[in-house]
Amino acid sequence: MDVLISLSLNGLATGMLIFLLAAGLTLIFGLMDVLNFAHGGLFAWGAYSGIWIYTSTGSFLIGIIGAIIAGMILGIVTERWIIKPVYGNHVQQILITLGLMLVLSEMLKVVWGPNQISATTPDYLSGSWEVGNVIIIKYRAFIIAVGFTVFLLVQFLLKKTKIGLVVRAGVMNKEMVQSLGINIQKVFMFVFMIGAGMAALGGMLLGPYSGVIYADMGMEFAILAFIVVVIGGMGSFSGSVMAAILVGLSGSFMAYYVPDLALAANMLLMAVVLIFRPQGLFGAKG
Amino acid sequence: MSTLLKLDQVETFIGQYHILQGVSFEVPKGEVTVLLGRNGAGKTTTLRTIMGLNQASKGSIQYKGGEIKGLATYSIANQGIGYVPEDQGIFADLTVEENIKVAVKKENDETRQRLDWILNLFPDLKKFWKKPGGLLSGGQKQMLAIARAYVNDNELLLIDEPSKGLAPIVVEKVMESIQQMKEKTTIILVEQNFMMASTIGDSFYIIDDGRTVSNGSMNILRDDEEMRRKYLGIA
Repeated sequence: MDVLISLSLNGLATGMLIFLLAAGLTLIFGLMDVLNFAHGGLFAWGAYSGIWIYTSTGSFLIGIIGAIIAGMILGIVTERWIIKPVYGNHVQQILITLGLMLVLSEMLKVVWGPNQISATTPDYLSGSWEVGNVIIIKYRAFIIAVGFTVFLLVQFLLKKTKIGLVVRAGVMNKEMVQSLGINIQKVFMFVFMIGAGMAALGGMLLGPYSGVIYADMGMEFAILAFIVVVIGGMGSFSGSVMAAILVGLSGSFMAYYVPDLALAANMLLMAVVLIFRPQGLFGAKG
Repeated sequence: MSTLLKLDQVETFIGQYHILQGVSFEVPKGEVTVLLGRNGAGKTTTLRTIMGLNQASKGSIQYKGGEIKGLATYSIANQGIGYVPEDQGIFADLTVEENIKVAVKKENDETRQRLDWILNLFPDLKKFWKKPGGLLSGGQKQMLAIARAYVNDNELLLIDEPSKGLAPIVVEKVMESIQQMKEKTTIILVEQNFMMASTIGDSFYIIDDGRTVSNGSMNILRDDEEMRRKYLGIA
Protein backbone atom coordinates (compact mmCIF):
# COMPACT_ATOMS: atom_id res chain seq x y z
CA MET A 1 0.00 0.00 0.00
CA ASP A 2 2.80 2.42 0.91
CA VAL A 3 4.47 1.73 -2.42
CA LEU A 4 1.19 2.37 -4.24
CA ILE A 5 0.76 5.72 -2.53
CA SER A 6 4.36 6.73 -3.21
CA LEU A 7 4.08 5.71 -6.86
CA SER A 8 0.80 7.58 -7.17
CA LEU A 9 2.34 10.75 -5.76
CA ASN A 10 5.29 10.44 -8.14
CA GLY A 11 2.94 9.87 -11.03
CA LEU A 12 0.74 12.79 -10.04
CA ALA A 13 3.73 15.14 -9.77
CA THR A 14 5.04 14.11 -13.19
CA GLY A 15 1.51 14.30 -14.55
CA MET A 16 1.13 17.87 -13.32
CA LEU A 17 4.38 18.91 -15.01
CA ILE A 18 3.19 17.38 -18.26
CA PHE A 19 -0.21 19.01 -17.76
CA LEU A 20 1.39 22.47 -17.50
CA LEU A 21 2.97 21.90 -20.88
CA ALA A 22 0.04 20.09 -22.52
CA ALA A 23 -2.70 22.48 -21.37
CA GLY A 24 -1.30 25.37 -23.38
CA LEU A 25 -0.68 23.11 -26.33
CA THR A 26 -4.27 21.87 -26.40
CA LEU A 27 -5.77 25.36 -25.93
CA ILE A 28 -3.61 26.74 -28.72
CA PHE A 29 -4.58 23.88 -31.00
CA GLY A 30 -8.28 24.12 -30.11
CA LEU A 31 -8.55 27.85 -30.60
CA MET A 32 -5.98 28.60 -33.23
CA ASP A 33 -5.79 25.28 -35.07
CA VAL A 34 -2.03 25.45 -34.64
CA LEU A 35 0.02 22.43 -33.68
CA ASN A 36 2.87 24.24 -32.00
CA PHE A 37 5.94 22.00 -32.02
CA ALA A 38 7.94 24.83 -30.48
CA HIS A 39 5.94 24.67 -27.25
CA GLY A 40 8.59 22.47 -25.65
CA GLY A 41 11.11 25.21 -26.36
CA LEU A 42 9.09 27.61 -24.20
CA PHE A 43 9.13 24.95 -21.47
CA ALA A 44 12.93 24.73 -21.65
CA TRP A 45 13.34 28.51 -21.78
CA GLY A 46 11.13 28.79 -18.71
CA ALA A 47 13.40 26.31 -16.94
CA TYR A 48 16.63 28.08 -17.87
CA SER A 49 15.48 31.64 -17.26
CA GLY A 50 13.70 30.68 -14.03
CA ILE A 51 16.61 28.71 -12.61
CA TRP A 52 19.02 31.47 -13.63
CA ILE A 53 16.91 34.10 -11.83
CA TYR A 54 16.48 31.76 -8.84
CA THR A 55 20.23 31.18 -8.64
CA SER A 56 21.03 34.87 -9.10
CA THR A 57 18.50 36.20 -6.58
CA GLY A 58 18.33 33.26 -4.21
CA SER A 59 14.54 33.49 -4.30
CA PHE A 60 12.68 30.50 -5.73
CA LEU A 61 9.46 32.52 -5.92
CA ILE A 62 11.11 35.29 -7.96
CA GLY A 63 12.54 32.55 -10.16
CA ILE A 64 9.05 31.18 -10.77
CA ILE A 65 7.64 34.62 -11.55
CA GLY A 66 10.59 35.35 -13.83
CA ALA A 67 10.12 32.07 -15.67
CA ILE A 68 6.44 32.78 -16.26
CA ILE A 69 7.15 36.32 -17.50
CA ALA A 70 9.97 35.10 -19.76
CA GLY A 71 7.69 32.38 -21.14
CA MET A 72 4.88 34.86 -21.77
CA ILE A 73 7.14 37.34 -23.56
CA LEU A 74 8.62 34.57 -25.68
CA GLY A 75 5.10 33.29 -26.35
CA ILE A 76 3.90 36.67 -27.58
CA VAL A 77 6.96 37.09 -29.81
CA THR A 78 6.48 33.56 -31.18
CA GLU A 79 2.78 34.10 -31.90
CA ARG A 80 3.11 37.56 -33.45
CA TRP A 81 6.18 37.08 -35.63
CA ILE A 82 6.57 33.37 -36.22
CA ILE A 83 3.17 31.70 -36.15
CA LYS A 84 0.79 34.49 -37.21
CA PRO A 85 2.10 34.58 -40.79
CA VAL A 86 1.35 30.87 -41.23
CA TYR A 87 -2.16 30.66 -39.74
CA GLY A 88 -4.28 28.26 -41.76
CA ASN A 89 -1.35 26.45 -43.35
CA HIS A 90 -0.60 23.28 -41.40
CA VAL A 91 2.44 22.22 -43.40
CA GLN A 92 4.12 25.59 -42.92
CA GLN A 93 3.15 25.55 -39.23
CA ILE A 94 4.80 22.18 -38.67
CA LEU A 95 7.96 23.23 -40.48
CA ILE A 96 8.28 26.63 -38.85
CA THR A 97 7.47 25.47 -35.30
CA LEU A 98 9.79 22.46 -35.58
CA GLY A 99 12.49 24.82 -36.82
CA LEU A 100 11.76 27.22 -33.98
CA MET A 101 12.00 24.35 -31.48
CA LEU A 102 15.52 23.62 -32.71
CA VAL A 103 16.47 27.30 -32.68
CA LEU A 104 15.15 27.75 -29.13
CA SER A 105 17.09 24.70 -27.91
CA GLU A 106 20.29 25.80 -29.59
CA MET A 107 19.89 29.36 -28.30
CA LEU A 108 19.84 27.95 -24.77
CA LYS A 109 23.26 26.43 -25.43
CA VAL A 110 24.49 29.76 -26.82
CA VAL A 111 23.33 31.71 -23.76
CA TRP A 112 23.95 29.20 -20.96
CA GLY A 113 26.43 26.78 -22.53
CA PRO A 114 26.02 23.22 -23.78
CA ASN A 115 26.30 21.46 -20.43
CA GLN A 116 23.39 20.63 -18.21
CA ILE A 117 22.83 22.93 -15.26
CA SER A 118 22.03 21.71 -11.78
CA ALA A 119 18.94 22.99 -10.06
CA THR A 120 18.41 22.68 -6.34
CA THR A 121 15.25 22.58 -4.32
CA PRO A 122 14.80 25.57 -2.00
CA ASP A 123 15.31 24.71 1.67
CA TYR A 124 11.69 25.17 2.63
CA LEU A 125 10.61 22.67 -0.04
CA SER A 126 13.37 20.14 0.64
CA GLY A 127 12.92 16.99 2.66
CA SER A 128 9.81 14.99 3.25
CA TRP A 129 6.94 14.29 5.57
CA GLU A 130 6.21 10.91 7.04
CA VAL A 131 2.58 10.01 7.22
CA GLY A 132 2.42 6.53 8.76
CA ASN A 133 4.73 4.47 6.65
CA VAL A 134 4.36 6.70 3.63
CA ILE A 135 7.07 9.21 2.82
CA ILE A 136 5.77 12.28 1.04
CA ILE A 137 8.49 14.30 -0.65
CA LYS A 138 7.66 17.97 -0.08
CA TYR A 139 8.68 19.20 -3.51
CA ARG A 140 6.47 16.62 -5.24
CA ALA A 141 3.53 17.65 -3.10
CA PHE A 142 4.32 21.25 -4.02
CA ILE A 143 4.27 20.44 -7.75
CA ILE A 144 0.94 18.64 -7.36
CA ALA A 145 -0.49 21.60 -5.45
CA VAL A 146 0.77 24.10 -8.03
CA GLY A 147 -0.56 21.96 -10.89
CA PHE A 148 -4.03 21.69 -9.37
CA THR A 149 -4.05 25.39 -8.49
CA VAL A 150 -3.19 26.32 -12.06
CA PHE A 151 -5.86 23.94 -13.31
CA LEU A 152 -8.48 25.54 -11.05
CA LEU A 153 -7.39 29.07 -12.00
CA VAL A 154 -7.58 28.33 -15.72
CA GLN A 155 -10.92 26.57 -15.23
CA PHE A 156 -12.17 29.66 -13.42
CA LEU A 157 -10.86 31.84 -16.22
CA LEU A 158 -12.52 29.69 -18.88
CA LYS A 159 -15.84 29.16 -17.13
CA LYS A 160 -16.45 32.32 -15.15
CA THR A 161 -15.00 35.21 -17.11
CA LYS A 162 -15.97 36.89 -20.35
CA ILE A 163 -12.55 36.31 -21.91
CA GLY A 164 -12.86 32.62 -21.00
CA LEU A 165 -16.26 32.52 -22.61
CA VAL A 166 -14.80 34.07 -25.75
CA VAL A 167 -11.98 31.52 -25.78
CA ARG A 168 -14.44 28.63 -25.45
CA ALA A 169 -16.62 30.11 -28.18
CA GLY A 170 -13.54 30.69 -30.34
CA VAL A 171 -12.54 27.04 -30.05
CA MET A 172 -15.93 26.14 -31.54
CA ASN A 173 -16.39 28.80 -34.20
CA LYS A 174 -13.80 31.52 -34.81
CA GLU A 175 -15.72 33.19 -37.64
CA MET A 176 -18.79 33.63 -35.52
CA VAL A 177 -16.79 35.12 -32.67
CA GLN A 178 -15.39 37.70 -35.06
CA SER A 179 -18.85 38.36 -36.46
CA LEU A 180 -19.92 39.28 -32.93
CA GLY A 181 -17.38 42.11 -32.90
CA ILE A 182 -14.58 40.36 -31.04
CA ASN A 183 -10.99 40.73 -32.18
CA ILE A 184 -9.95 37.08 -32.35
CA GLN A 185 -6.30 38.01 -32.93
CA LYS A 186 -6.13 39.52 -29.47
CA VAL A 187 -7.74 36.39 -28.04
CA PHE A 188 -5.17 34.26 -29.90
CA MET A 189 -2.36 36.28 -28.38
CA PHE A 190 -3.86 36.05 -24.91
CA VAL A 191 -4.23 32.26 -25.12
CA PHE A 192 -0.75 31.86 -26.52
CA MET A 193 0.62 34.00 -23.71
CA ILE A 194 -1.21 31.98 -21.05
CA GLY A 195 -0.13 28.69 -22.65
CA ALA A 196 3.47 29.84 -22.88
CA GLY A 197 3.45 31.04 -19.27
CA MET A 198 2.14 27.67 -18.10
CA ALA A 199 4.77 25.82 -20.12
CA ALA A 200 7.52 28.01 -18.68
CA LEU A 201 6.20 27.41 -15.16
CA GLY A 202 6.30 23.66 -15.84
CA GLY A 203 9.88 23.89 -17.05
CA MET A 204 10.93 25.89 -14.00
CA LEU A 205 9.29 23.41 -11.63
CA LEU A 206 10.93 20.49 -13.40
CA GLY A 207 14.41 21.83 -12.60
CA PRO A 208 14.55 21.06 -8.86
CA TYR A 209 12.36 17.97 -9.46
CA SER A 210 14.89 16.29 -11.73
CA GLY A 211 17.94 18.09 -10.28
CA VAL A 212 19.22 19.25 -13.66
CA ILE A 213 18.06 21.15 -16.68
CA TYR A 214 19.34 20.69 -20.21
CA ALA A 215 18.64 22.19 -23.60
CA ASP A 216 16.82 19.16 -25.04
CA MET A 217 14.42 18.79 -22.11
CA GLY A 218 11.79 20.71 -24.07
CA MET A 219 11.68 18.18 -26.88
CA GLU A 220 11.52 15.22 -24.47
CA PHE A 221 8.62 16.65 -22.51
CA ALA A 222 6.89 17.95 -25.63
CA ILE A 223 6.54 14.36 -26.86
CA LEU A 224 4.78 13.42 -23.63
CA ALA A 225 2.65 16.54 -23.89
CA PHE A 226 1.60 15.64 -27.44
CA ILE A 227 0.63 12.17 -26.24
CA VAL A 228 -1.44 13.81 -23.50
CA VAL A 229 -3.13 16.17 -25.95
CA VAL A 230 -4.08 13.27 -28.22
CA ILE A 231 -5.32 11.10 -25.34
CA GLY A 232 -7.24 13.94 -23.69
CA GLY A 233 -8.78 15.12 -26.94
CA MET A 234 -7.26 17.89 -29.03
CA GLY A 235 -8.58 21.21 -27.79
CA SER A 236 -9.98 19.85 -24.53
CA PHE A 237 -8.56 21.56 -21.45
CA SER A 238 -10.21 19.17 -18.97
CA GLY A 239 -9.06 16.29 -21.14
CA SER A 240 -5.47 17.48 -20.91
CA VAL A 241 -5.40 17.34 -17.10
CA MET A 242 -7.02 13.90 -16.97
CA ALA A 243 -4.72 12.52 -19.66
CA ALA A 244 -1.65 14.08 -18.04
CA ILE A 245 -2.46 12.40 -14.74
CA LEU A 246 -3.08 9.13 -16.59
CA VAL A 247 0.24 9.38 -18.43
CA GLY A 248 2.07 10.40 -15.25
CA LEU A 249 0.62 7.52 -13.25
CA SER A 250 1.16 4.98 -16.00
CA GLY A 251 4.80 6.11 -16.34
CA SER A 252 5.35 5.89 -12.59
CA PHE A 253 3.78 2.44 -12.14
CA MET A 254 5.28 0.94 -15.26
CA ALA A 255 8.75 2.20 -14.31
CA TYR A 256 8.40 0.37 -10.99
CA TYR A 257 6.67 -2.84 -12.05
CA VAL A 258 7.67 -3.31 -15.70
CA PRO A 259 10.64 -0.98 -16.25
CA ASP A 260 11.36 -2.36 -19.72
CA LEU A 261 7.94 -1.21 -20.88
CA ALA A 262 8.02 2.20 -19.19
CA LEU A 263 8.82 4.14 -22.34
CA ALA A 264 6.46 2.17 -24.54
CA ALA A 265 3.55 2.37 -22.07
CA ASN A 266 2.47 5.90 -23.01
CA MET A 267 2.61 5.12 -26.72
CA LEU A 268 0.54 1.98 -26.12
CA LEU A 269 -1.92 3.98 -24.06
CA MET A 270 -2.25 6.51 -26.86
CA ALA A 271 -2.68 3.74 -29.45
CA VAL A 272 -5.45 2.09 -27.39
CA VAL A 273 -7.28 5.40 -26.96
CA LEU A 274 -6.97 6.17 -30.67
CA ILE A 275 -8.35 2.75 -31.61
CA PHE A 276 -11.40 2.93 -29.36
CA ARG A 277 -11.96 6.69 -29.21
CA PRO A 278 -10.16 8.49 -32.04
CA GLN A 279 -11.28 11.92 -30.84
CA GLY A 280 -9.57 11.33 -27.48
CA LEU A 281 -11.16 10.80 -24.08
CA PHE A 282 -12.72 14.26 -23.85
CA GLY A 283 -12.55 15.51 -27.42
CA ALA A 284 -15.54 16.34 -29.56
CA LYS A 285 -16.18 14.13 -32.57
CA GLY A 286 -14.63 15.73 -35.63
CA MET B 1 -35.07 57.64 -46.99
CA SER B 2 -31.29 57.59 -46.40
CA THR B 3 -29.09 54.78 -47.58
CA LEU B 4 -27.52 52.75 -44.79
CA LEU B 5 -25.45 50.36 -46.89
CA LYS B 6 -24.32 50.59 -50.47
CA LEU B 7 -22.49 47.97 -52.51
CA ASP B 8 -21.02 49.06 -55.81
CA GLN B 9 -19.72 46.50 -58.32
CA VAL B 10 -18.41 44.21 -55.62
CA GLU B 11 -16.36 41.24 -56.75
CA THR B 12 -15.23 38.36 -54.55
CA PHE B 13 -13.12 35.29 -55.16
CA ILE B 14 -13.24 32.18 -53.01
CA GLY B 15 -9.98 30.42 -53.80
CA GLN B 16 -9.79 30.43 -57.58
CA TYR B 17 -13.56 30.75 -58.05
CA HIS B 18 -14.91 34.13 -59.06
CA ILE B 19 -18.12 34.05 -57.04
CA LEU B 20 -19.28 37.66 -57.03
CA GLN B 21 -18.73 39.34 -60.38
CA GLY B 22 -20.44 42.66 -59.86
CA VAL B 23 -22.95 42.95 -57.05
CA SER B 24 -24.46 46.39 -56.52
CA PHE B 25 -27.34 47.39 -54.30
CA GLU B 26 -28.48 49.93 -51.78
CA VAL B 27 -30.18 49.28 -48.48
CA PRO B 28 -32.45 52.10 -47.30
CA LYS B 29 -32.54 52.70 -43.58
CA GLY B 30 -35.52 51.19 -41.79
CA GLU B 31 -36.44 48.77 -44.57
CA VAL B 32 -36.12 45.05 -45.22
CA THR B 33 -34.14 44.44 -48.38
CA VAL B 34 -34.39 40.90 -49.67
CA LEU B 35 -31.68 39.22 -51.71
CA LEU B 36 -33.14 36.56 -53.94
CA GLY B 37 -31.66 34.12 -56.37
CA ARG B 38 -31.13 30.47 -57.11
CA ASN B 39 -28.83 28.24 -55.04
CA GLY B 40 -25.23 29.13 -55.73
CA ALA B 41 -26.08 32.55 -57.15
CA GLY B 42 -23.87 34.32 -54.60
CA LYS B 43 -26.32 35.54 -51.95
CA THR B 44 -24.52 34.03 -48.95
CA THR B 45 -21.16 35.18 -50.32
CA THR B 46 -22.58 38.68 -50.59
CA LEU B 47 -23.45 38.71 -46.89
CA ARG B 48 -20.09 37.18 -45.99
CA THR B 49 -18.34 39.81 -48.09
CA ILE B 50 -20.20 42.61 -46.32
CA MET B 51 -19.06 41.09 -43.00
CA GLY B 52 -15.48 40.78 -44.22
CA LEU B 53 -15.51 37.00 -43.85
CA ASN B 54 -14.73 36.85 -47.56
CA GLN B 55 -12.68 39.75 -48.83
CA ALA B 56 -13.94 41.70 -51.82
CA SER B 57 -11.28 42.02 -54.51
CA LYS B 58 -12.95 44.93 -56.29
CA GLY B 59 -15.72 47.41 -55.79
CA SER B 60 -16.88 49.39 -52.82
CA ILE B 61 -18.93 48.64 -49.70
CA GLN B 62 -20.08 51.76 -47.89
CA TYR B 63 -21.82 51.67 -44.54
CA LYS B 64 -23.25 54.95 -43.28
CA GLY B 65 -21.16 56.68 -45.91
CA GLY B 66 -17.82 55.16 -44.86
CA GLU B 67 -15.89 52.46 -46.70
CA ILE B 68 -15.86 49.13 -44.85
CA LYS B 69 -14.29 47.00 -47.57
CA GLY B 70 -11.00 45.60 -46.31
CA LEU B 71 -11.80 46.08 -42.63
CA ALA B 72 -11.51 43.16 -40.22
CA THR B 73 -14.76 41.33 -39.49
CA TYR B 74 -14.82 42.37 -35.83
CA SER B 75 -14.39 45.99 -36.82
CA ILE B 76 -17.29 45.78 -39.28
CA ALA B 77 -19.48 44.11 -36.64
CA ASN B 78 -18.58 46.84 -34.14
CA GLN B 79 -19.90 49.49 -36.49
CA GLY B 80 -23.36 48.12 -35.74
CA ILE B 81 -23.88 45.21 -38.10
CA GLY B 82 -25.31 41.96 -36.72
CA TYR B 83 -25.01 38.71 -38.66
CA VAL B 84 -27.13 35.57 -38.57
CA PRO B 85 -25.28 33.05 -40.75
CA GLU B 86 -26.93 30.34 -42.80
CA ASP B 87 -25.71 27.65 -40.39
CA GLN B 88 -26.74 29.81 -37.43
CA GLY B 89 -23.22 29.72 -35.94
CA ILE B 90 -24.40 28.49 -32.53
CA PHE B 91 -21.64 27.65 -30.04
CA ALA B 92 -22.75 24.10 -29.40
CA ASP B 93 -21.10 23.55 -26.01
CA LEU B 94 -22.13 26.91 -24.59
CA THR B 95 -25.52 27.28 -22.95
CA VAL B 96 -28.19 29.51 -24.42
CA GLU B 97 -27.29 32.06 -21.75
CA GLU B 98 -23.59 31.90 -22.63
CA ASN B 99 -24.34 32.15 -26.37
CA ILE B 100 -26.14 35.42 -25.66
CA LYS B 101 -23.59 36.61 -23.11
CA VAL B 102 -20.65 36.19 -25.47
CA ALA B 103 -22.42 38.46 -27.96
CA VAL B 104 -23.33 41.26 -25.54
CA LYS B 105 -21.11 44.28 -26.11
CA LYS B 106 -22.44 46.58 -23.40
CA GLU B 107 -24.24 45.37 -20.31
CA ASN B 108 -26.66 48.22 -19.70
CA ASP B 109 -30.40 48.79 -19.27
CA GLU B 110 -30.95 49.12 -22.99
CA THR B 111 -29.32 45.74 -23.64
CA ARG B 112 -31.39 44.17 -20.86
CA GLN B 113 -34.55 45.62 -22.37
CA ARG B 114 -33.66 44.29 -25.78
CA LEU B 115 -32.92 40.88 -24.27
CA ASP B 116 -36.24 40.85 -22.40
CA TRP B 117 -38.03 41.81 -25.57
CA ILE B 118 -36.42 39.06 -27.63
CA LEU B 119 -36.91 36.45 -24.90
CA ASN B 120 -40.59 37.31 -24.76
CA LEU B 121 -40.68 36.82 -28.48
CA PHE B 122 -38.90 33.46 -28.17
CA PRO B 123 -40.01 31.95 -24.84
CA ASP B 124 -38.26 28.68 -25.78
CA LEU B 125 -34.92 30.40 -25.23
CA LYS B 126 -35.93 31.32 -21.69
CA LYS B 127 -37.10 27.75 -21.10
CA PHE B 128 -33.79 26.27 -22.23
CA TRP B 129 -31.63 29.08 -20.81
CA LYS B 130 -29.13 26.71 -19.18
CA LYS B 131 -29.18 24.10 -21.94
CA PRO B 132 -26.23 23.75 -24.35
CA GLY B 133 -26.94 25.41 -27.69
CA GLY B 134 -26.03 22.21 -29.52
CA LEU B 135 -28.99 20.39 -27.97
CA LEU B 136 -31.60 22.83 -29.25
CA SER B 137 -33.88 21.99 -32.16
CA GLY B 138 -33.22 23.62 -35.56
CA GLY B 139 -35.91 26.22 -34.93
CA GLN B 140 -34.65 27.05 -31.46
CA LYS B 141 -31.12 27.43 -32.82
CA GLN B 142 -32.44 29.88 -35.40
CA MET B 143 -34.20 31.82 -32.66
CA LEU B 144 -31.01 31.90 -30.63
CA ALA B 145 -28.98 33.09 -33.62
CA ILE B 146 -31.47 35.90 -34.25
CA ALA B 147 -31.59 36.82 -30.55
CA ARG B 148 -27.80 36.96 -30.43
CA ALA B 149 -27.66 39.36 -33.37
CA TYR B 150 -30.49 41.47 -32.01
CA VAL B 151 -29.33 41.79 -28.39
CA ASN B 152 -26.87 44.56 -29.29
CA ASP B 153 -27.99 47.86 -30.64
CA ASN B 154 -27.18 46.94 -34.24
CA GLU B 155 -28.48 49.26 -36.91
CA LEU B 156 -28.29 46.61 -39.59
CA LEU B 157 -28.98 42.89 -39.41
CA LEU B 158 -27.86 40.46 -42.09
CA ILE B 159 -30.01 37.34 -41.90
CA ASP B 160 -29.16 34.39 -44.12
CA GLU B 161 -31.95 31.96 -44.96
CA PRO B 162 -33.70 31.90 -41.59
CA SER B 163 -36.38 29.50 -42.83
CA LYS B 164 -33.96 26.88 -44.15
CA GLY B 165 -34.77 23.38 -42.92
CA LEU B 166 -37.44 24.53 -40.48
CA ALA B 167 -40.96 23.18 -40.05
CA PRO B 168 -43.69 25.51 -41.40
CA ILE B 169 -44.93 26.38 -37.91
CA VAL B 170 -41.42 27.41 -36.85
CA VAL B 171 -40.98 29.40 -40.06
CA GLU B 172 -44.09 31.35 -39.10
CA LYS B 173 -42.63 32.11 -35.70
CA VAL B 174 -39.31 33.25 -37.16
CA MET B 175 -41.14 35.32 -39.75
CA GLU B 176 -43.21 36.97 -37.05
CA SER B 177 -40.06 37.84 -35.12
CA ILE B 178 -38.40 39.43 -38.16
CA GLN B 179 -41.62 41.34 -38.84
CA GLN B 180 -41.44 42.80 -35.36
CA MET B 181 -37.70 43.50 -35.56
CA LYS B 182 -38.11 45.38 -38.81
CA GLU B 183 -39.85 48.15 -36.88
CA LYS B 184 -36.66 48.72 -34.92
CA THR B 185 -33.79 47.92 -37.28
CA THR B 186 -32.78 47.69 -40.93
CA ILE B 187 -32.52 44.17 -42.32
CA ILE B 188 -30.95 42.43 -45.29
CA LEU B 189 -32.66 39.11 -45.70
CA VAL B 190 -31.43 36.28 -47.88
CA GLU B 191 -34.35 33.96 -48.37
CA GLN B 192 -35.34 31.14 -50.72
CA ASN B 193 -38.85 30.94 -49.31
CA PHE B 194 -40.59 33.43 -51.58
CA MET B 195 -43.74 33.53 -49.47
CA MET B 196 -41.70 34.60 -46.46
CA ALA B 197 -39.54 37.02 -48.45
CA SER B 198 -42.50 38.69 -50.10
CA THR B 199 -44.39 39.04 -46.82
CA ILE B 200 -41.51 40.67 -44.94
CA GLY B 201 -39.55 42.44 -47.66
CA ASP B 202 -39.97 46.02 -48.81
CA SER B 203 -37.63 45.80 -51.76
CA PHE B 204 -35.69 43.09 -53.52
CA TYR B 205 -32.52 42.48 -55.48
CA ILE B 206 -32.06 39.37 -57.56
CA ILE B 207 -28.56 37.96 -57.77
CA ASP B 208 -27.78 35.61 -60.62
CA ASP B 209 -24.35 34.14 -61.37
CA GLY B 210 -22.73 36.59 -58.96
CA ARG B 211 -24.34 39.72 -60.39
CA THR B 212 -27.33 41.78 -59.39
CA VAL B 213 -29.65 41.47 -62.34
CA SER B 214 -32.87 43.02 -61.18
CA ASN B 215 -34.36 45.03 -58.38
CA GLY B 216 -37.43 46.92 -57.32
CA SER B 217 -40.24 47.03 -54.85
CA MET B 218 -41.42 43.66 -53.57
CA ASN B 219 -44.88 44.40 -55.01
CA ILE B 220 -43.40 44.38 -58.50
CA LEU B 221 -41.95 40.91 -58.04
CA ARG B 222 -45.15 39.60 -56.55
CA ASP B 223 -46.94 40.57 -59.75
CA ASP B 224 -44.21 39.59 -62.21
CA GLU B 225 -44.56 35.87 -62.76
CA GLU B 226 -42.11 35.80 -65.64
CA MET B 227 -39.31 37.35 -63.60
CA ARG B 228 -39.92 34.91 -60.75
CA ARG B 229 -39.79 31.99 -63.17
CA LYS B 230 -36.68 33.27 -64.94
CA TYR B 231 -34.51 34.02 -61.93
CA LEU B 232 -36.02 32.11 -59.05
CA GLY B 233 -37.45 29.08 -60.80
CA ILE B 234 -40.87 29.61 -59.22
CA ALA B 235 -44.20 30.65 -60.66
